[in-house]
Parts: sequence; C-alpha cells; structure tokens
Amino acid sequence: MNADDVLVFSAGALRGHRLRTGLSLLGVGIGVCAVVLLTSLGEGARRYVTAEFASLGTNLLIVLPGKTETTGMAPVIGGVPHDLTVEDAEALERQVRQIRKLAPLSVGTAAAQFGERSREITIVGTTAAMLGVRRLRLQSGQYLPEGAERDRAVCVIGAKLQSELFPSRNPLGAMLRLGDERYRIIGVMAPRGMSMGMDMDEVVHIPVVRHLRMFNRRSLFRILVDAGSHDSIEPARTAILRVLTERHDDEEDVTVLTQDAVLSAFGRILGMLTAALTGIAAISLSVAGIGIMNVMLVSVSERTREIGLLKALGASRGQVLAMFLVEAAIIATAGGVAGLGVAFVATRAFAVVYPAFPIDPPAWAVVAALGVSVSVGIVFGALPARRAARLDPVAALTRR
Amino acid sequence: MIELRGITRDFDVGGRPVHAVRGVDLTIEPGDHLSIMGPSGSGKSTLLHIIGCLDRPSAGTYRLGGQDVTHLDERALSRIRGRKIGFVFQFYHLVPRMTAAQNVELPMVFAGVERVERRQRVARALASVGLSERVAHRPDQLSGGERQRVAIARAIVLDPEVLLADEPTGNLDTTSGREVVELLEAMNAGGLTLLVVTHDPAIAMRARRQTRMVDGRLEGGSQA
Repeated sequence: MNADDVLVFSAGALRGHRLRTGLSLLGVGIGVCAVVLLTSLGEGARRYVTAEFASLGTNLLIVLPGKTETTGMAPVIGGVPHDLTVEDAEALERQVRQIRKLAPLSVGTAAAQFGERSREITIVGTTAAMLGVRRLRLQSGQYLPEGAERDRAVCVIGAKLQSELFPSRNPLGAMLRLGDERYRIIGVMAPRGMSMGMDMDEVVHIPVVRHLRMFNRRSLFRILVDAGSHDSIEPARTAILRVLTERHDDEEDVTVLTQDAVLSAFGRILGMLTAALTGIAAISLSVAGIGIMNVMLVSVSERTREIGLLKALGASRGQVLAMFLVEAAIIATAGGVAGLGVAFVATRAFAVVYPAFPIDPPAWAVVAALGVSVSVGIVFGALPARRAARLDPVAALTRR
Repeated sequence: MIELRGITRDFDVGGRPVHAVRGVDLTIEPGDHLSIMGPSGSGKSTLLHIIGCLDRPSAGTYRLGGQDVTHLDERALSRIRGRKIGFVFQFYHLVPRMTAAQNVELPMVFAGVERVERRQRVARALASVGLSERVAHRPDQLSGGERQRVAIARAIVLDPEVLLADEPTGNLDTTSGREVVELLEAMNAGGLTLLVVTHDPAIAMRARRQTRMVDGRLEGGSQA
C-alpha cells in the first residue's frame, strides 16, 4: 500500500462524511486561529511597548529622588530623602564624563490663558538639552534658549495647544499667561502623541528654574540623562550614584533607572502575558484534539463492518492504523490551514482598524500552531486508529 | 489445496464454552466445487472464517497450498487473505462511497499492486462478471445482482487459491440468484476452487461435492 493510496482512501472516507468532517475541521480551525490571534496580540503589545520606550531615546538613564528599595534599619538621623535639585543636575553635568546630554525635568499643572481662551495644562520645566535627550522635534520657531538667556520668560507649546489656543493665527511671539506670569511663545513642537504617560501635544515647556519657582518647589521630578552609547550606560549609572551620594551627605537616596532595565521588566511582563495567552489558546487546541478523537471514535464504530471487510480483503493492522491516522491528520492539517487563513484575514483587518498596533503574527506562533495541530490530530487520532486496527475481523464483519 | 485436520473452534460465551466446530477433517483439491449445508448455528460460518484465515482454530492444523497457516501471525494472515482467498458475502459488503471499479481495486491496494496493473485487472475482472458498463457506478446505483457480481469481481481480481461464498444468493431474488450461481460455476469451470456455504438445498445440490454440517461436525463428502 503506497502513501498516496492511503491518502486517497482516507480523503475519500472523509468526503463520505461531510458534516462530521466539517465540524471537526471547524474545531481545529478555531483552535489554530485562537493560537495565532492571541499570540499576535501578546507579541504586538510587547512590540508596541518596546517601541514606545525606544522612542524615549535609546541610551537613556532616568534619575529620580528617593530609593525604591528598603535598606534594613532606618538611620537614626535623616532618612528623609534629599531633594534632587537643579544644582545636582549641574554637578552631574560637570562631573560625570559619560554624560553626553542631561535635562532636568519638573512637571506641574496650571492654568494657561490666551485672550479669552483658558484651560488647565501640563507645564514641563526643563532646559534646552531636553530637545536632544527626548528626541523631540520642533514644528516651528525654536526651543528653550541656552546659556545666559536660559531663564527668560519664554515657552514652547505642543501641537494640539497651538490648534486649540491659536486656531487662526501664528502663535510665535504671542504672550501666553501661565499661572501669574506671562511667557512669550518662541516655538511649537511637532506632534508626538502619548509618551511617558503625558500627551506631549498638550504640554507647555518653560525654563526649569522658572518652573520650580512657579510651583514653589526645590526638587526636580526627574533628571533625564543621555549616556551617548550603550557601553557607557553602566559606568554613567555608577558615576551618577557616586556624585549624588556625595552631594547628599553620603546617603544614597536617589534611584537611577536605565532604559534597559525598564524595557526588560516590561518585556518580562508582556512575555508572561503572551505565554498565558498561548496557554489559553493551547487549551482550545487540545479541546479540538479531543473533538477529533471523539469524531474518529464515532467513525470507527460506525464503520466497523467496513473495517472488517478491509481486513478480509487483505488489509493488515498497520494499513488500517495508517488509514485512520491519516484521516485524523488530514482533518488537523486542513483545519489548521483554514484557521491560519482566518487568523491572517483577522490580523489584516485589525491592522487596518488600529494601524499603530503592530499585530503581525510571530512566525514561531504560526509554525507552532500548525505543528501542534497536526500532532494533536495524530496523538488524538492514535487511540481510535488503534481501536480500528485491532478489531477482530469476524466480529466486525458479522456486526449488524 | 486445502487440508483441515482435527479443526476445533471453541468460544467462551458468558463463561460457558460453546463448541462451534468439533474436529473437522476436510480436504479440498484445486478446482473442486464443494458446498456446505446446515442450519444456522451449525458452525458452518465459523468453519468458513477459519478457512478464510479470518479466524484461528482452537485446535487442529490447517494447510493452505502446502503451507501450514495455523500459527501464522496477524501480518502474514492478512497477506494470505488478500492474495490467496476471495470472499463473497451475503450482504455484498461493498464500500458505499466507492465506485464499482474502486471496490474491485481495494484488495490490490492493500497487496501493493502497481497502478497500471491494477487498472488492467479491474477492467478484466469487471468484464468477466459482465459489468464493464457499470465501472463508474456506486453500489447504490446498482441492483442487488449487480452488487454481488461486483463483489465476485473483487474476490477474483487477484487470482486467489479459493473462492469462499457465504450465502451468496441469500439476499437476491431467484433470477439474480441463478445468475450469480451460474457465474460462480463458470469461474469454477475455469479452474477456480469454489466453496459455497448455504442453507438453500437447490444451491447446495449443484456442487460436485456436498457436505452437511450439524452441531459442529461435518457429514458426507469425505469420500471424494
């Protein structure tokens, strides 16, 4: 018996029971489709978040006040973290040679008013370096000034604010009231969207010293550091910690996050998510496998007389086994391919509706889904096929 | 050449032994035409299954074509069933989804016959039962007599040693039944060994040798 004879026979048997075949195909198809779609979503979420962080700037370190981990017994004196000040930022810039660029960051909310229009907005206090550190781009005008002029009362507004506050005129040169002070608009940011939990298009940038004064603060929210190259991230981190500990009375009361650490943490979380989704999908695949087994068992008992006949005509146990296994494998493969097709169409449709979300199904998931569905078919087809192969020909033939 | 010596077949039915065949001795020469008559439950079908290598005797020896097949394994038995034995059943046992030609081809598929040879043999076998016109018909498009002729074509397609017919006319009207019997006899006249199991005396009487089976024992016919 050749392989193609087995195939022809099994395919013929499946064609003879269209409804049953169709339903088992559906089961496997849904299983495979679920695997591919869910892993696509998981992977897409991971890539989306990764891309989001990468857009912050690749060799970024983030310095924030306070220590995130507890360190045993509380010190007798002190214990309250020191402020992270503008002077700290300046010291870092002077003393840590791995720092290519450094931008202090202070964030607060205040009322912005232009003419009759007024609204609450997020105000960011920083320096000219922010442009490079965060890879921001200007739509028009210029960013915050450097050097001697850096504390002037000027501001740069986000793209959305421009369209909301200045729908019909060029905002450059206009005076914007922020809190109690008036700032001259010198630039408009290019649209950027959400980043670091803020809508960058609705933010006003002002010089950091003015910002701290406006909100009556001493401490910065963050210091963003561009380490220049990937290799200098760790040395920069160590140096920053050393300098700040020295400045803060030998107390290590700041935290330095590297983007790598943040990314890998998110990567781990989202990897877990993908794994969980894959697990759920795998369950649906094995349910499909049990469906195949069920259908094949029914098929074997319905075709008992046929099996008896095949044996009387000279079919060996191995041949009967092969024919039923191939039936199960055909269902699993065809169902798998159909499921892939549906999943492909669904991901295309998703990509059209949400273009920002990278939903391409990962290659491993496609290969694994197909591979698993075929092996599910064979594994769950094995029991019915063995039952068929072991049927006693006399008993099978004479059954009514 | 079929040689049965002391063939016994016991079944265990609900804990009680049932002796279906009790010590049967039988020799069938090549080209012979033998009938086994007997009421239901006399053990004639069991004997036929043993001769057809579908079942094994509990005791005794069975030699087919000079080969002792009593203790062959399942694999070897299936090869013998395919190559040396042709079965014709009362209920035809055609695969309903297959055409006449595909049904006739089946034994050759299992025996691993080349595709070209298969096609030639299918055509020859169907021609020999007068069904060359019905090659592409499925069983439900054929009459009872035609179905049984397809089954005969399938039984002889690999030139077996012996053709075993179990109530071949049991499900047919008189005319079709006579046609089928005449066909079987024509094949026997061509040299094929024929063994017919039936409880229809009219059919049994046509055989060259007639035997009766009663209570698992064979009577008559041993003189030949």
